[in-house]
Amino acid sequence: MRALRSAAAVTAAVAATLTAVSGCAQKSDAAADDAQDGAVHVTATDDGCAVSKKEFPAGHLRLAVKNKGTKVTEVYVYAPGDRIVTERENIGPGTGADIVAEIAPGTYEIACKPGMKGSGIRQKVTATGKSTAPARDPKLDKAVAAYRAYVQEQADRTLPEARKFADAVKAGDIEAAKKAYAVSRTGWERTEPVAESFGDIDPKVDVRADGLEDGQQWTGWHKLEQSLWEKKEITADDKKLADRLITDLEDWRKRVGKAEITPTSMANGAKELLDEVATGKVTGEEERYSHTDLSDFQANVEGAQKAYELLKPVAAERRPELTKELDKQFAAIRALLDRHRDSGSPDGFAAYDTVGKDERKELSDGVNALAEPLSKLAAAVATAK
Amino acid sequence: MTNGETKKSGTEGAAGPGAEAGTEGAAAPEAAQPRTPSRRALLGWGGAGLALGAVAAGGTAAALRTGSDAAPAAAARPAEAVPFHGAHQAGIATAVQDRLHFAAFDVKTDDRAELIALLKEWTQAAARMTAGSQIGSGAIGSLAEAPPDDTGEALGLPPSRLTLTFGIGPTLFESGGKDRFGLRDRRPAALVDLPRFPGDNLDPARGGGDLCVQACADDPQVAVHAIRNLARIGFGKVAVRWSQLGFGKTSSTTPDAQTPRNMFGFKDGTRNIAGTDAKALEQHVWVGARDEKGGGAWMAGGSYLVARRIRMHIETWDRTSLREQEDIFGRDKGEGAAVGRKNEHDAPHLPSMPPTSHVRLAHPDSNDGIRILRRGYSFTDGTDGLGRLDAGLFFLAYQRDVRQGFVPLQQRLARHDALNEYIQHVGSALFAIPPGVGGADDWWGRGLFA
Repeated sequence: MRALRSAAAVTAAVAATLTAVSGCAQKSDAAADDAQDGAVHVTATDDGCAVSKKEFPAGHLRLAVKNKGTKVTEVYVYAPGDRIVTERENIGPGTGADIVAEIAPGTYEIACKPGMKGSGIRQKVTATGKSTAPARDPKLDKAVAAYRAYVQEQADRTLPEARKFADAVKAGDIEAAKKAYAVSRTGWERTEPVAESFGDIDPKVDVRADGLEDGQQWTGWHKLEQSLWEKKEITADDKKLADRLITDLEDWRKRVGKAEITPTSMANGAKELLDEVATGKVTGEEERYSHTDLSDFQANVEGAQKAYELLKPVAAERRPELTKELDKQFAAIRALLDRHRDSGSPDGFAAYDTVGKDERKELSDGVNALAEPLSKLAAAVATAK
Repeated sequence: MTNGETKKSGTEGAAGPGAEAGTEGAAAPEAAQPRTPSRRALLGWGGAGLALGAVAAGGTAAALRTGSDAAPAAAARPAEAVPFHGAHQAGIATAVQDRLHFAAFDVKTDDRAELIALLKEWTQAAARMTAGSQIGSGAIGSLAEAPPDDTGEALGLPPSRLTLTFGIGPTLFESGGKDRFGLRDRRPAALVDLPRFPGDNLDPARGGGDLCVQACADDPQVAVHAIRNLARIGFGKVAVRWSQLGFGKTSSTTPDAQTPRNMFGFKDGTRNIAGTDAKALEQHVWVGARDEKGGGAWMAGGSYLVARRIRMHIETWDRTSLREQEDIFGRDKGEGAAVGRKNEHDAPHLPSMPPTSHVRLAHPDSNDGIRILRRGYSFTDGTDGLGRLDAGLFFLAYQRDVRQGFVPLQQRLARHDALNEYIQHVGSALFAIPPGVGGADDWWGRGLFA
């Protein structure tokens, strides 16, 4: 389900455009590789990541990378909160690469990842000039970085589950596909606001029939859900859609690191996850064929709680009564969800069409009880101390 | 049935669809509302809510004292604010406003302190909203990344005589044998569990509730804004169980004004208790200091509210002959005069009315002089899926003791009223309405938790 496009999404789109433009410029500059033309030289080794200067003017940045180690490496430029500004993978031993980006004034980290693993060997650098962004509490930068790592982890873990689902569809195995369906969505549902911030991925993988625009082809999980549960058949087209779902999810996995994430977007994203529950899951609309709404519900709550827990150290200093209430309401909603667990079902929850009217009201009340104080979290982390 | 010539003050306390409703007697003066500042003026004051409280409390007392001398109410003054503080809660004797949003809540917390904190917060917000002020830090101007404290749809609107009246249902004291908040011993004897009446078809989803708030205003937007914001403040502590919107008041507490008509087209509320009739209010509406022995003593100055959602079978009624319609009510449709009488306010002659006529059955003289104060509203919630108007009367009646008020009255009506063929009671609730909020430090229900 798509949420409203946030300002963060627009910012991310602009950043992507800039990167693309400078990508074109890079080719014509290639000849100037060896000239001392203002490039920052990065020398990657198996246990080092040397940069030729740690301070340079903001604007057009060119990194001239040389891999002098024995392993394939990759180089990243991170903004605070571990947002990827630009990166280049697969730089072989003895080879080099040029990486370019437009960067605003501020502090960054350049990371080399020998063996293309881990968080890398990092160097702090500064792009000088007048920054318009106010300095942020380092605790919040840490929270953003940790949340980004969580989002990445969720995407990484989703792919194998999604492949299991796609493979079953391609094999024409309806029962196996049904079993793998809800589980394949967990990581997505935990972090959906970040995926939605890109604008283009969500409509491809998670759109429902009623969300389609005229002329838009229905793709993604819910189309396959309809085939499996309602039509009870897997067509040749469905098999193609299963492949496409994987392609789109790969795209998501590659891009989450570049998402614009801020403390307020984390807080409001957590609230949006609960809004998803309040508008789509509590009514049974989201999973209208499979009735696996409760496992989406659980994943939405888990994702919201993760964002909250990371922001909590700062929020608790500023609004202790709010975090006390949120702790209580998160515990309450999880206890409520636990009452609907069913160890016999593949996703661990009772089918939503077996949940009665009174119980749905109770779940709805629980979501409101949590989402209302959660809507106050952004204010608690936004205001400078 | 009963006495022949009725006494001149005969008041039919209509229980049923209040159809009987009398036209209020001769021009009685409206409950005088002291002049209060406009919303705009209040906005300018900043934090004027508390100051207003003091003024308002004095105003109510003045209104009660000088009620009979007060200016007639004919010309409503919709922009004004009704005082929030006073000996009794506003919204009972107050001149009936044009619109209603009534909400019943379930209490979700088990924590007594948390419930008390909510009631204090509600009271504060209610005082501000009835004065026409925004709640919290307002609807605009705060942090851009966070939702505003006030939802904002009443910005720029006058107070519109908004009243918020708070009540407590039997289930707050005890539910499923459990003494939920240590209040079991404080349950007033008059807060009974209503008996089942013949013909009831009650939907639990449209009845009951631990707490209620009745919002009345001359502008529906102002009434809805108030309930919406109270519900929002309450999330996590309370949840809306059911609510009802109402329009076209079906009875008034201002007998000089034109008697309103109900959805069956009949005048309703002809003999309702006037908001200025202090004697009748003391006798029939306000709980007396000695009414409750023991735990329920906190109710002195309060009242009891019966709320019934009464569905009207509009289409079949509209196919009913005029004579039958008039026989059912016992009044003529045009003037509202009782059978054999000429004018609406002429005292009815009960023996000459059909024995199953609504007015005859509901008349105080048929019920040992019982009177209740009605302030119900019509409702139309669209259509019901079969194309029938989902409409009727949302019956609201205040009384000193339901055991002498609504219960015997409705028992009689439910058995005999000819109107029953055209109506059905589908929702029901009873609430203890605590006395008024005394001042800025007081709060809804404080006496109960003392």
